[in-house]
Amino acid sequence: MLNIFFFKAALGIYFLGMASFLYFLVSRKERPPRFSFGLTGIGFLTHTIALIVRTVEASYIPITSLHEAMSFFSWALVLAFLLVEYKYRIHVLGSFVLPLTFISLISSAALPMGIKMLDPLLQSAWLGVHTILAIMGATAFSMAFLAGVMYLLQEWFLKSKRFNSLHYKLPALDLLDTLNYRAISFGFPLLTLGIITGSIWAEYAWGTYWNWDPKQTWSLIIWLFYAAMLHGRVAMGWRGKKAAYLAIIGFAGVIFTFVGVNILLYGRHAFV
Amino acid sequence: MDIILVGLSHKTAPVEVREKLSFTDAMLADGMVLLKGYGEIIECVILSTCNRVEIYSTVEESEMGVARIKDFLHSYQPDRPLDWITQHLYIHKNEGVVRHLFRVASSLDSMVVGEPQILGQVKDAFDTALLNKTTGAVLNKLFKKSISVAKRIRTETKIAENAVSVSFAAVELAKKIFSSLKDKRGMLIGAGEMGELAARYLVNSGIKEIVVSTRNYERALNLAQAYNGRAVRYEYFLDEMAKTDVVICSTGAPDYILRFDQMQDIIRKRKNRPIFLIDISVPRNIDPAINKIDNIFLYDIDDLQAVVDANLKTRKDEAEKGERIIDDEVDTFSKWFKSLEVVPTIVALKDKVEDIRRKELGRAIDRLKTLSPDEMQAVEALTNTIVNKILHGPLVALKGEADSNNGLLYAEAVRRLFNLEIKAPDEEDDEGGR
Repeated sequence: MLNIFFFKAALGIYFLGMASFLYFLVSRKERPPRFSFGLTGIGFLTHTIALIVRTVEASYIPITSLHEAMSFFSWALVLAFLLVEYKYRIHVLGSFVLPLTFISLISSAALPMGIKMLDPLLQSAWLGVHTILAIMGATAFSMAFLAGVMYLLQEWFLKSKRFNSLHYKLPALDLLDTLNYRAISFGFPLLTLGIITGSIWAEYAWGTYWNWDPKQTWSLIIWLFYAAMLHGRVAMGWRGKKAAYLAIIGFAGVIFTFVGVNILLYGRHAFV
Repeated sequence: MDIILVGLSHKTAPVEVREKLSFTDAMLADGMVLLKGYGEIIECVILSTCNRVEIYSTVEESEMGVARIKDFLHSYQPDRPLDWITQHLYIHKNEGVVRHLFRVASSLDSMVVGEPQILGQVKDAFDTALLNKTTGAVLNKLFKKSISVAKRIRTETKIAENAVSVSFAAVELAKKIFSSLKDKRGMLIGAGEMGELAARYLVNSGIKEIVVSTRNYERALNLAQAYNGRAVRYEYFLDEMAKTDVVICSTGAPDYILRFDQMQDIIRKRKNRPIFLIDISVPRNIDPAINKIDNIFLYDIDDLQAVVDANLKTRKDEAEKGERIIDDEVDTFSKWFKSLEVVPTIVALKDKVEDIRRKELGRAIDRLKTLSPDEMQAVEALTNTIVNKILHGPLVALKGEADSNNGLLYAEAVRRLFNLEIKAPDEEDDEGGR
């Protein structure tokens, strides 16, 4: 299958990109790592081709199995990274994004990759919309998570007054805090729409909008969590370190909802 | 010809000597012209800063040149004994001069490695020399090259990065908390010297407003005016704090003027928007425990000094890289300088012999009018071969020695033996040109 070839090529290129970005992280150089960005760009194009080829070969939007979902998530994450880099020029963000991308992609590679006949239940336009929205939301929350991790690192440097080259590469605290906030403000409506379209699809497939399937329950939990986080920021000044911790906790919830539920809890939502 | 340097700097002479011998801008041009007027001196540039007085020149004979320059310096302090000056002097020759000037221009010889002023001072000294026509091919090339070497070191190493003063380090840190100071408000409490300097840096970094509060309200008004800011009575500075992002504290107060509970209150009022507190006062004016509050970053003078020390250490490490670049560049320059003597000698030797060959051939041909064109060509070829065979040995020897210390010696010998006259070399332009 051609899509698998491109997928594996992208995986290899991302591996090199990750290595190059990790080298940038520990090196003393502070200039923009052009080589790392070049690899990331080529990896992204290769992955895009893989997704297009798979769409053609499968003749459906390829987000119906865990393999496909994680592959699409990785793609969206790199796209988000390139957009953030374009706007904020936080080069060192790549040293955090690429490892996450690679982990997600290699997990995806470990799962069954074949194209299967689509269950009639899943043959709905709502499904495509629902999964794309949900995964884009997860991507935005991942970006907030990474911003939170970077915030905590920089905050630790500034509080402990110990500086190394990473301190100089990391941007200002308020920029990381802003990135965290923007990412969540962007992800929250996507998650909301993802839950709504999911319910509509559930009505088609199962005849009920909401049936407390574990995936639905957990989605609701993280929705409430992020809603509280946004409210807390505006009303009570939950910013800075607190916001960074919350973004990390929220991300753990997203990962569990995204992957953990399928593995640990059985529900009707499990991918076919 | 030799390049020589006679000079003194902060490393060899105390300030009492340096200040007596330093040249003001007005004296500089006259000094260079006067020095150039002496027979021993071919070219000269005088570099005079508050840390050094150095005279660069090219001379026919180095010992006489050095003696002349010592006399020249002494003539500015005739009442003192000559050794009052000479005991502080260092003298370099050829490669040593090149290395020294490269190190000076790239600030590796400065008190604070990486400081930016010295390059400008080297440029100014060179400009004055150019304007007064006291330089020629060698010093022009040397100074242009030193400027380009300094730039190369600045871009290829990090000798000029990171703050090396306490006040500037504070502003650099502010930029790691706030990505832009344009919409931020600063406050200066007290009027200590370092505090004022830090406030000035904040203004230069584009901070939106500076509020000044000192015990003496008049003083605050004056300072505020200087920063285009606003003065606040000392009793009310705490009320302003909730609207302030960067606070510089440098009062003479004997005790803490900002306490833990006050700052807890303020950060709550600010809805956790971060505050950067800089305490440059001794004794400290801000309770150090405040650094434990989330979103408040407190730096006292020791913290800032530690940052500065670390930056200085980085600069020293980077200076090592700079030295390697200089080794490289000195090599290149020295080769050029040495070939300067050998290449024109080779050219002059070839020209002279070719000239003799032509003249003698012309004369012979006048007398041998009966020769056929073929025979004529054979005679011409014969003369060529003889000349080339004779010159082959000397030319190979000269080229071979061009890069060694003997190059000048060989060239000198050839010039005397063949009685050669050498034209001044054309000046070469390079990337350091203006």
